[in-house]
Amino acid sequence: MKYADYYAALGVERGASADEIRKAYRRLAQKYHPDVSKEPGAEAKFKEVAEAYQTLKDPEKRAAYDALGSRPQGEEFRPPPDWARQHAGSGSAQFSFDDGDFADLFSRFSARNGAMPGEDFEVPVEISIEDAFRGTTLSLSLSMPEYDASGRPRRVPRTVKARVAPGAVDGQRLRLPGKGGKGAQGGRDGDLYLDITLKPHPLYRPTGHDLYLDLPLAPWEAALGATVEVPTLSGPVSLKVPAGTGAARKLRLAGRGLPKPRGGAGDLIAVVQIVVPGDVGERERELYEQLAKSSEFNPRRHFAAGGT
Amino acid sequence: MTVETEVLWLDEHREVSMRELLETSGLREAELLELVHSGAIPPSDRSGAGYQFSARLITVARTACRLRNDFELDTPGLSLALRLLERVRELEEEVAQLRAELPR
Repeated sequence: MKYADYYAALGVERGASADEIRKAYRRLAQKYHPDVSKEPGAEAKFKEVAEAYQTLKDPEKRAAYDALGSRPQGEEFRPPPDWARQHAGSGSAQFSFDDGDFADLFSRFSARNGAMPGEDFEVPVEISIEDAFRGTTLSLSLSMPEYDASGRPRRVPRTVKARVAPGAVDGQRLRLPGKGGKGAQGGRDGDLYLDITLKPHPLYRPTGHDLYLDLPLAPWEAALGATVEVPTLSGPVSLKVPAGTGAARKLRLAGRGLPKPRGGAGDLIAVVQIVVPGDVGERERELYEQLAKSSEFNPRRHFAAGGT
Repeated sequence: MTVETEVLWLDEHREVSMRELLETSGLREAELLELVHSGAIPPSDRSGAGYQFSARLITVARTACRLRNDFELDTPGLSLALRLLERVRELEEEVAQLRAELPR
């Protein structure tokens, strides 16, 4: 296993008082707690800090940790042979030093006899908008702690398959009962929670069950009206653009968004953009010039009136 | 080992009992009741059988339990933190909605 420098994780000296340790933990927890922090990597950082604090705040665990000696962070190491017997009390002589995590040394430490419920896990999952629309089956490869017959913790790879019915939205949470860490000695198994986010899509921008789509129109299509083909998740549909459609106008295709779990669906909302060709041919230029001369349209009329 | 499994959606379409909320969150009953009374975890219904909650609140109650443990918060502090987080969630949703409306 790899040595973890708990004092360094909290940014305190090895001789720090319990009070200094608590203050350092609180400061770092406020900065990195995944429920309140938006810092990149906050979750991993908080896990490190919390693991360090769990051990150092408990005088008995801290003494056991100190007895392991000081080493560089991440150095490969094994606890001295008599360490478990001296520090972890009776019934803990069978530590497994090979497949355990460093943190497991100390979690096992406070383990009592009797039922231990399995740990809950929360896993972020990114799916495509197409998969949210059609539904999908996720295959998740997870590493879960399990306890063997003698109560030793070890990490076991596990694959969980989960069917996600059509209609997931960004931020959807799913609960898979009993699919978290295994309980020990009669304790119930933990749950697995999936936190779903939708992958950014080149065309659609989801909000809840609605989808926004940019709809570029040529100036003459916007002025004269047109019937244009619009892509939707269930295939292209025809959309009638009324004459005189301005930029930023929203054209709603009812029921063409993401399906709702209990029936119905959100809308697809096409946001009009007027797009001008960057390069015009001679004939096109002539027509534009003709239009410019004969039109009395002034899009900036309100400027003259001072905006009133 | 491969397991095909039951999937529960934590959204407004499903309701859970007080007991289920306690079991999934790890909160104590007195704490949860205080959060219900302060309005931080609002029940959708109080019928004869007791409180019912939107399944979405499982996420909120689990956050509450984590915050209580990791920051050693008392229940009034927890209630305030939950209300502020809910406000942040609403604002983030609004920002996401406005962003989606903006042309790229």
